[in-house]
Amino acid sequence: MNGERPRRVVVTSPRTRAARRSRSYPIVREIDEQSEVGALYMRSLMRTQFRLGVLVVLLVCGPLAALPLLFSLVPLTKTVMVLGLPLPWLVLGLAVYPVVVAAACYYVWRVERTEREFADLVEQS
Amino acid sequence: MNSTYSAVFVALVLVAALLIGGYGLRISRTTSDFYVASRTVSPWWNASAIGGEYLSAASFLGVAGLIFAYGPDMLWYPIGYTVGYLVLLALVAAPLRRSGAYTVPDFAEARLESRRVRRMASVLSVGIGWLYLVPQLQGAGLTLTTVTGAPGWLGGLLVAAVVAVNVMAGGMRSITFVQAVQYWLKLTALAVPVIFLVLAWRDAGAPALDGSLPAVFPNDTSVTVQSTVDVDVPSRVSVFVHGNVDGHDRTGSQVLLAPGSHRVTAGTVLDFPSGSAVPQVKGIPADTNAEWAKPLGGEGHGDPFYVTYSLIIATFLGTMGLPHVVVRFYTNPNGRQTRRTTVVVLALLGVFYLLPPAYAALGRIYTPELLLTGQTDAVVLVLPSRLVGGTLGELLGALVAGGAFAAFLSTSSGLTLSVAGVLSQDVLSLRGLRGFRVATFLAAAVPFGAALLVSGMSLADVVGLAFAVAASSFCPLLLLGIWWRRLTPFGAMAGMAAGGGLALVAGLVTLLVPPGSGIVYDLLSRPAAWTVPLGFAVMIVGSLLTPRTVPASVNRTMVRLHAPEALGLAEEETP
Repeated sequence: MNGERPRRVVVTSPRTRAARRSRSYPIVREIDEQSEVGALYMRSLMRTQFRLGVLVVLLVCGPLAALPLLFSLVPLTKTVMVLGLPLPWLVLGLAVYPVVVAAACYYVWRVERTEREFADLVEQS
Repeated sequence: MNSTYSAVFVALVLVAALLIGGYGLRISRTTSDFYVASRTVSPWWNASAIGGEYLSAASFLGVAGLIFAYGPDMLWYPIGYTVGYLVLLALVAAPLRRSGAYTVPDFAEARLESRRVRRMASVLSVGIGWLYLVPQLQGAGLTLTTVTGAPGWLGGLLVAAVVAVNVMAGGMRSITFVQAVQYWLKLTALAVPVIFLVLAWRDAGAPALDGSLPAVFPNDTSVTVQSTVDVDVPSRVSVFVHGNVDGHDRTGSQVLLAPGSHRVTAGTVLDFPSGSAVPQVKGIPADTNAEWAKPLGGEGHGDPFYVTYSLIIATFLGTMGLPHVVVRFYTNPNGRQTRRTTVVVLALLGVFYLLPPAYAALGRIYTPELLLTGQTDAVVLVLPSRLVGGTLGELLGALVAGGAFAAFLSTSSGLTLSVAGVLSQDVLSLRGLRGFRVATFLAAAVPFGAALLVSGMSLADVVGLAFAVAASSFCPLLLLGIWWRRLTPFGAMAGMAAGGGLALVAGLVTLLVPPGSGIVYDLLSRPAAWTVPLGFAVMIVGSLLTPRTVPASVNRTMVRLHAPEALGLAEEETP
């Protein structure tokens, strides 16, 4: 019985040290100090943000950029009337703007969530 | 048109701008107040100010004028001006704000740690700013001439002077208030008349355009030609002339104009009978209304397909590089706030751009004589008094003229402020407020001189060139600088020189030579489609060739650009 107690102390001691060390070296500080770990976290954040930005830009600009192609490939779309207006006027003059604002709102909502999650992740560790 | 109301309203707008600027002067005391209002501008004010600053003469007058002349292809201009902000929001806004940069040259130096890159970016920034200022001052001249008959240079001089005084005296704070008020003034000045215009149009039985005909005069119309024009007469028409046609003085006689080209000298008055087809100035395609209403009709020259795509590239990617746009982001307290402000800006722009197409379509019915005189940019100014008669029509016309001046003032203020900032800091090395004021004078005087030299260009064409240069130089710099660690000073300079330099040269060449045709002219007059990819390619290859010169602090800089505010890492440097 007496021989077991010291061994238990030896086993638990590195764990407590590790836990204490992580509190005095949080990821925030790792990032701030440009350590490998910090760099890894920042790269992953940047990649997420970049992908989101490109996604939103492509979602809006892709279909928009396809419109001239559509007009020239399907000449009917140049003149067809929708809701009392020629289709090109309706799409280019009216419909574009709500879509752009909606895409912007979506982007801000997503990007702020990403940043919040990143902050939580970093502060937990 | 009664010029008194318009003159009074324009004068009111100018005086109000000075007064509001003076109010701001009492608040701004220190150097940091002067430049960035100490970042106490609330997001709502700031979004209005950005909108007010961004909606220039090209938006207020030029867009409607272009659609009126060339049809729905020109709707890509306002779309580009708006989507450019979305691209800015998604890829640039927050990191740029976190970088603490006040201008693109600031960003270039902070990111690449090179004075040489900074100097090059400064020169480009001043160039783009001046290129953008010229059409504002031209537009002011056109407006004052149209509504009061004043000489063409007076409007530009008034705007340049008021803006220079305001910027010298008040700096950013006063500018923010002036700009925010001006967004709402501009929206009102375009939205209220449109309601009356549509009502008047419905009162008249909602006449539609006859698709099988070109533009026709709806009534007996007397047209005064203000500057000499070459026109294409589509079908034989008998006109009563006061003045000079085809080099002969025909005053007081009835002249039968044969189909074909005719020259009408400045000052000539032509009386057209009701229902006759409008002779159109050379350069505007004499299409039937049905052809006009179709997309991909082009601008009268060039391959419509190429021109459209080049325009899309220039405006979508050029917005982020405009000097007055970048400066505005600095007045947000942090990156998060910057994003939210930008969303509000997008909504404000979207609401505004719903209006110009209505003016363009009504102008096709009611003011077709502008196709003859070539002053298509004046369609917004002329319609209210034409369509709504009496005092109400004149008051509405005055409101539009006032709104147009608000547009010139606000955009010119923002541009002059940022050009003056760059000039005083980087190009002339003048320190302190006195240096800033000297730079402000230069920033306003040079484009005023240029506007006198190059009159008669379409507002949106010159603005389009400014966008093309910005898209080919600053867009690669900002995107690669923010997202790519391996960018080097050499790569950045080579890319800016190749993309921006070639776009500038190509654009200037086409502004100075008469419009031509063929693929070479297209490539030169709308350079963005090839100079933007070129700028990116040269910047990337140049950086990869000089891997050793990647700035040592790149990782630290990236943390500052991308770490969320919640982490509390970014140390705020207050100027």
